[in-house]
Order: sequence, then structure tokens, then C-alpha cells
Amino acid sequence: MADLKKEIEDSLQQYKEAEYQELIQQLRPKPPVVKNALAAFAVGGFICAFAQAINNVIIQTGLPQKEAGTVVVIIMIFLGALLTGLGVYDNIGKFSGAGSIIPITGFANAIVSSAMEWKREGYLFGVAAKMFTIAGPVLVYGILSSVVIGIVYYFLK
Amino acid sequence: MVKILMAFLIGGLICLLGQLIMDLTPFSVTPTHILVAVVIGGAFVSAFGWYQPLIDIGGAGATIPLSGFGHSLAQGAISGAEKNGLLGAIGGGMEATAVGVVGAVVLGYLMALIFNPQG
Amino acid sequence: MKKIGQQTLVFSNTPAVVSAAAIVGPKEGQGPLKINFDLILKDNLFGEKSWEKAECKMLQEAVNRAVDKTDLDLDGIDFLLAGDLLNQTISANFAARQLAIPFLGLYGACSTFAESLILASVLVDGGYATHVMTAVSSHHDTAERQFRFPTELGNQRSPSAQWTVTGAGAALIGPKQEGPCITYATIGKVIDLGIKDSNDMGSAMAPAAADTLAIHLKDTSRSIDDYDLILTGDLGSLGKFLMEHLSERQGCRLGDKYSDCGILIYDSSQDTHAGGSGCACAAVVTCGYVLESLRLKKYNKVLIIGTGALLSPTSMQQGESIPGIAHAVSLENINS
Repeated sequence: MADLKKEIEDSLQQYKEAEYQELIQQLRPKPPVVKNALAAFAVGGFICAFAQAINNVIIQTGLPQKEAGTVVVIIMIFLGALLTGLGVYDNIGKFSGAGSIIPITGFANAIVSSAMEWKREGYLFGVAAKMFTIAGPVLVYGILSSVVIGIVYYFLK
Repeated sequence: MVKILMAFLIGGLICLLGQLIMDLTPFSVTPTHILVAVVIGGAFVSAFGWYQPLIDIGGAGATIPLSGFGHSLAQGAISGAEKNGLLGAIGGGMEATAVGVVGAVVLGYLMALIFNPQG
Repeated sequence: MKKIGQQTLVFSNTPAVVSAAAIVGPKEGQGPLKINFDLILKDNLFGEKSWEKAECKMLQEAVNRAVDKTDLDLDGIDFLLAGDLLNQTISANFAARQLAIPFLGLYGACSTFAESLILASVLVDGGYATHVMTAVSSHHDTAERQFRFPTELGNQRSPSAQWTVTGAGAALIGPKQEGPCITYATIGKVIDLGIKDSNDMGSAMAPAAADTLAIHLKDTSRSIDDYDLILTGDLGSLGKFLMEHLSERQGCRLGDKYSDCGILIYDSSQDTHAGGSGCACAAVVTCGYVLESLRLKKYNKVLIIGTGALLSPTSMQQGESIPGIAHAVSLENINS
């Protein structure tokens, strides 16, 4: 008897939740998909074009493409980190979304914003420990993928 | 100039794809989700040999998005396996990306020393 | 019995709001209610080294200003009931350390202000105290780093996201006098309709607000028409829509007497998306705008429904939904 009562209550709650979800779906404001997509394309494209321009300049000095590529990555990380420190990058991000998250400058933003944010909690448990709240998962899953690919390649080649 | 334009196009398209994933999925996708997905995606696309052509066309447009980081990790692991066998397969990815990762940690730390968050 | 119906308290001795003070941050100070605030901060740090310290100082300052408006001093306050959004309610605890008033710390998420008003009224009405101070605070940056992301992270906020109000409100509840008094209070139930999106607090809280309002009207045998203004705490624009829909389904048309503190506090041009939220949202709107309007007799009966979303980052990560709560407090001009 008690089971039956609980079951009725549960299904009533489920019905209410489903009905409420439906209502929310009707009323929820949608993100401006087209505007966001264009902004992400423009800003993401601009960051990459800028990096390519630096790359072209570095190539002129006679550095081989592979090393030049690494130097460009370091320069972009520096710029991303600097703009975060100056408090500019979060405003770019508000406009362009993924356009400024996905480039390596966004990775630098994730590291610096976390490290800076917890500075007041000290340099050990604050800056150093919190630095990887967002970048940590990226490194962990990147490294895991690389190891999986390496081992699979080793046995299949 | 053509290279810069192609970098703009390819880089822009990768970011556009990421933005569409963020906006069109019903549950909330945070920057962490996007960054992790792009790195894993880049690594596996690269493992099948499909990322190098993208770099040949787009240059920095394919290396600067974090999928390029995934590509370096995958290619590092593969060439490590070629040269040094199983140990190379394990360490190759990190070896290839070491400068970038160290750069991010060192520069990140320095910036955090200099600046304070403004809110 | 001082309780009527299911959940409503009657204050037959009508405790009064003796004085109140509202302090806000710079962004709120640019909003439409700026003339109603006692102090508008120039920056979010308020001369302190961290945002948490700034929030604590705001709460202290609000209490001090509310006391300064009366003939009393801090020793004349019997109890302090205060709370905030941070872990272990540090703003309230550390403010209480400085104020040295016997203290009860409260947590009801953003409904804390309504919660503190109700408990203060109970203490005063029951004769356990003559003057009880209620105070709450919230701070955009402290909330953002605790509940969401680092403030400098370049992410996009979702359209249903709300902006935590930087501010603190304090109201001193004392013996009956002319002006705004507390007549009824309805203590709400925790209601959860399975919302899991931490960027959409309005949807999580609206069912609780609708339920508390319906029960308040039933318990007191009042209708919407008995009030000049009904204000929910911080449902934001989406939550307000949902509240109107849910109430209409229960046969209660809210109409234009109903608004939300989260919508009133910001201008639509201030880019806050769905509106304001946080403990201070309902508190500064009540302590600033509502009480002033009551004093000026612009309104005579106002129902404040404080709303709270009872989540933590831990419960979110473990896949729990967001429970909502709402408490209603009726503020009325009594002419004696």
C-alpha cells in the first residue's frame, strides 16, 4: 500500500517535471546563434590570421617552418596571457565565445584567469594549485589521447 | 597574403564549429568541455592522417586552434613509436608539445604574479 | 495560535521596520533605482584587499547605517540575523565578529533576506526582543568565483544567466510604530521540478515562488487586489514569465502589480541578460526602493517573496537538480 502511494507520488512528480520542462522550452530565450557564429568565425579567424602573419615574418629570418611554428605558439600564448592580465580577454570572449576559447590564446586565458583569480589564497594552494582548474582536464585528456594513439600505432604498424 | 587569408578561413571555421556545438546543444557546454573536446578531436583526426592536409592548406589556421595541440600530441606519439618503440609511444606526445606546455605554465605564472583580476 | 492555515504566521503586535539601509556596487549604482540607495561604491573592492573582505565590509556598513538612522546604538540591538551566499556564510560571520551583537547566521540562498525578516518579526512579535537587525549581502565577483568561473575567463554567459547583485541591505525590526510594519509571513516549502542548469536559476525558483504565493493568499484569505505591489526576489525575466504562467494555471492572474527585484534593479542596457540575483538583490530593492515608497505612501501594502536556489557547485557536479525555496513577507503601512 505504501509502495503504491510512493509510486503514484513519483510518477506525479515526473509528470510535473516534464510538463515544466516543456513550458521552459517555450519561454527560454534562445542564444543569437547566427550572430554568435559569425562573431566566433571572425574573431577566431582573425587570431589565426594574425598568427600566420607572425609566422611569415619569422620565416623571413631563415628559421625552418617547424621551429617557427613553435615560436608562433609561444608568442600567441604570451599575447593571450597578457590580454588576460590586462583584463581585456574576458571582454573579447563575451563577444566571440568559441572564437577566442578554441585558439591557443584561449588556453592561455584559462590558465592565467584561474591562477590570477586565486592569488589571494596564496602561491601554493592558490596560484599553483588552481592554475589547472580548466587547463588541467585539457592536458589530462590530451596526454591520454596521445598515449592511446601511440600505443595503438605501435602494435598496428 | 594568400596564406594569411587561408589561415583566417580555416581557423574561423574551426571556431565556428565549436560555437555551434556550444549554442545548439541543449545542456550547458562550458569552455572546459569545448577545449577538451577540441584537443581529443584534433588528436584522433590527426591519428588517421587527416589533420596534416588541413595544416598544409590553412597553416596557423589549423595549428593555433587547440586541435593543433591535439595534432602535435598525436604526431609526437606516432613518431616516438617509430623511433623508440613503446617508450617513445608513451612519451612522444609530451616531448613534441613540451615547449608549448612549459611556455603556458611559465607565462601563466608570471602574468598571475604581475596582474590582479579586475572582476 | 499565531499561525493560520498551512504555513502563514500572523504578527498581531505588528513589528515595524524601524530603519533600513542599502549599499550597492557601481553597476547597481547606474541602474534605475540609484536614487534609493544609501551608498554607491566606487569599485568592487571597497578599499579592501579581496572581494570577500569587501562584501563583509558592505554588510557591516549597511548595519551601521541602519543603526545611525535611529536613536539607538549597536548595544541597543538585541540580536543580529544575517546571511550571505558564500561557503560557511563568511561575510555575515565576519561582520558579526566586528559588530559584537548576539548573532544567528542564516542561509537560504537568495531568500535569506525574507528569511531573516520573518525570524526577526517572530522574535519581536513574541516579545523575545525589542530590536532585531536583519542583514544580508552578496557580491558579483565572490559569487562568480565560488559558483561559476574565474572572473577573467573569456566565456559567454547564457541568455538566461543572471547577474549577482553587489550590495548589502540591512533592516532594523522593532516595536510597533507608524509606517511600514510586518503583518503576515508565509514560510515556503522546498520545491524542485528537476532543473539542472546552473545558468538558469529563475526557472529553478519560479515553482517555489508560485507555490508560496498561492498558499499565502489562501491562508490569509487575501487576493492579488489586496496588494499594491507583489515583488519576487530574483527570478529574472525568464523566471518572471514562468511565475506568471504557473500562477495563472492556479487561477491567479498577477497582472502589472507584479514585478521582480532582479528586473527592477538593472536597466535593460546594462547587459545583465535575465536580470539580477543574489541575496542583496531582494534586500537592496526592499531596503532602498520599497520601504521608501511605503514611507511616501506611494504603496500601502507590498508582498515581498524572497526566492532562493539551493544549490552548491558540489551538488551540481554530482548531478543533483536545483531545489527552490520562497518565503513571503507582507509589508504594510499601519496608521495607529
